[in-house]
Amino acid sequence: MLSDEEIMNWPEAGTATAAPVIRADHLDLTFQTNDGPVHALKDVSLDIAKGSFVSFIGPSGCGKTTFLRCIAALEHPTGGSLTVNAMTPDEARRARAYGYVFQAAGLYPWRTIGRNVALPLEIMGYSRAEQAERVARVLELVELSGFEKKFPWQLSGGMQQRASIARALAFDADILLMDEPFGALDEIVRDRLNEELLKLWDKTEKTIGFVTHSIPEAVYLSTHIVVMSPRPGRITDVIESPLPKERPLDIRDTPEFIEIAHRVREGLRAGYEE
Amino acid sequence: MAEASDPKAGTSAGGWPRWLRLPPVLGMVLALLAIWYVAVVPMNVKEVLTAAERAGVEVSPPSAVDRRDMGNWALVFRNTHALGQSWSSDRPKLPAPHQVLVELYDSTIDEELNGRRGIMRSGTLSNRSLIYHALVTLNATFLGFLIGALLGVGLAVGIVHSRVMDMSVMPWAIVSQTIPIVALAPMIIVVLYSIGVQGLIPKAVISAYLSFFPVVVGMVKGLRSPDAMQMDLMRTYNAPTSSVLTKLRLPSSIPYLFASLKIAIAASLVGAIVGELPVQKGGLGARMLAGSYYGQTSQIWAALLVAAALAALLVWAIGAIERRTLRRMGMMP
Repeated sequence: MLSDEEIMNWPEAGTATAAPVIRADHLDLTFQTNDGPVHALKDVSLDIAKGSFVSFIGPSGCGKTTFLRCIAALEHPTGGSLTVNAMTPDEARRARAYGYVFQAAGLYPWRTIGRNVALPLEIMGYSRAEQAERVARVLELVELSGFEKKFPWQLSGGMQQRASIARALAFDADILLMDEPFGALDEIVRDRLNEELLKLWDKTEKTIGFVTHSIPEAVYLSTHIVVMSPRPGRITDVIESPLPKERPLDIRDTPEFIEIAHRVREGLRAGYEE
Repeated sequence: MAEASDPKAGTSAGGWPRWLRLPPVLGMVLALLAIWYVAVVPMNVKEVLTAAERAGVEVSPPSAVDRRDMGNWALVFRNTHALGQSWSSDRPKLPAPHQVLVELYDSTIDEELNGRRGIMRSGTLSNRSLIYHALVTLNATFLGFLIGALLGVGLAVGIVHSRVMDMSVMPWAIVSQTIPIVALAPMIIVVLYSIGVQGLIPKAVISAYLSFFPVVVGMVKGLRSPDAMQMDLMRTYNAPTSSVLTKLRLPSSIPYLFASLKIAIAASLVGAIVGELPVQKGGLGARMLAGSYYGQTSQIWAALLVAAALAALLVWAIGAIERRTLRRMGMMP
């Protein structure tokens, strides 16, 4: 394990004694396109401690999704170093270290909700009994018990997205990466799912990386808010939230909340003006 | 009607109530029949006039040699009084629809019930009956379709997974379909005969040759239909290629597969019929060629009608299986 000096990037984050689960060091990523190279990530350094909830916020093109995809080894950085659970991202992917939730639920229309959630378990070779047990457990976690036999088209968009979160939770990855999971949902459903996500995070103690372009969502959910700006994609500010772990929805009207939201907004604006 | 209570039960995929589809279809059939009956008159006019002349009717012009060089419509208009036999001539160039239907009845039901070798007399289907010939053709069609479909799916799986196969197989598959099958069929039969294979297999091979192609094209598209996000999801699970194939690519390709199978089964039938032309050993193709040898056009038409009906039936059957499958997969309400 790592020494004490290395651990303490954010002393108060989550479980304070843990080593960073994800560590990016001067990360660079340049895409070669027909219109010339695109600098998607430039000099991104960030440590994510175990059990923290980190939101990435910024305008489109700021590289927030790209960074998440780098952690998931779906993109490959062209410079710098990145470790996930002290492994390379690709090793971590092969060790099935994370669950990934995309913007679209992406449930298979030919599988019932239960069988959709069981998909990663089938691929990873869990026994039938274990599959059934885990499916029942995670469906309860996202409050979809009783919908196991339904097909995706029989569910609302919010319920489908909950099922896709259940699918990412079904196996024992302790990192959950979410790429604008609620971006396509309406405000009311989004509020409800945000609340549920916090409870779920509390219960499962996962480390969550969460991409969003909604300031209230980022402030409400996170222990740390990473503000990014585009061209080239880089981190302009990392805000540590002073909000308590227990967060009812109306915490969004408190002065503390509004102050953080203000700081995020300032950070976003600064990124534009540079 | 029970259907009336459930708005979905009585409607087709296009959203039209089923009974509303009937008038256009019926109208089309009637129009075609009318055109057919009209066309019979000029098509057969020379033979009809010759027969009428022999029976003592005055025909203009009176010389058969003069008539030979005249247009059919001109003869029709100059001899409107002598055309009574147009729709009942013995050896018409174009038989009237009812003559075809009579031939159809004679060579199916009548032959089996009353014929010398029908199922009533001998217990087996008569080899003069279209039922027997249709079954012979159907056998080759099914076997060819099975081989073609399996080959098509197999090639498509290979093409999707191997760049080498993508580059090498696809062009040949396309080239294979540019060669006229009537030119190739006798070669296949001769080559297979020389290595001792005859009967059902050569016909099935020709069938398969025609039917594998639509399956390859459709399945390649179907297997590639999962979008980038779905492929990424599989990557996050570190799913092996075999799992991606069985759990994502194959299920995604099912709608494409059925669209291809409908084309493939019709092509299989054509292949089987073409395969029967050079080998006079039964089948609808053999019947068609025999009819043309002996000037029995109504026999050709009857075999043609049976072939068309078979094709419709086969395509419909694939459609029925498709609906059942998609419903069971939950992809169709």
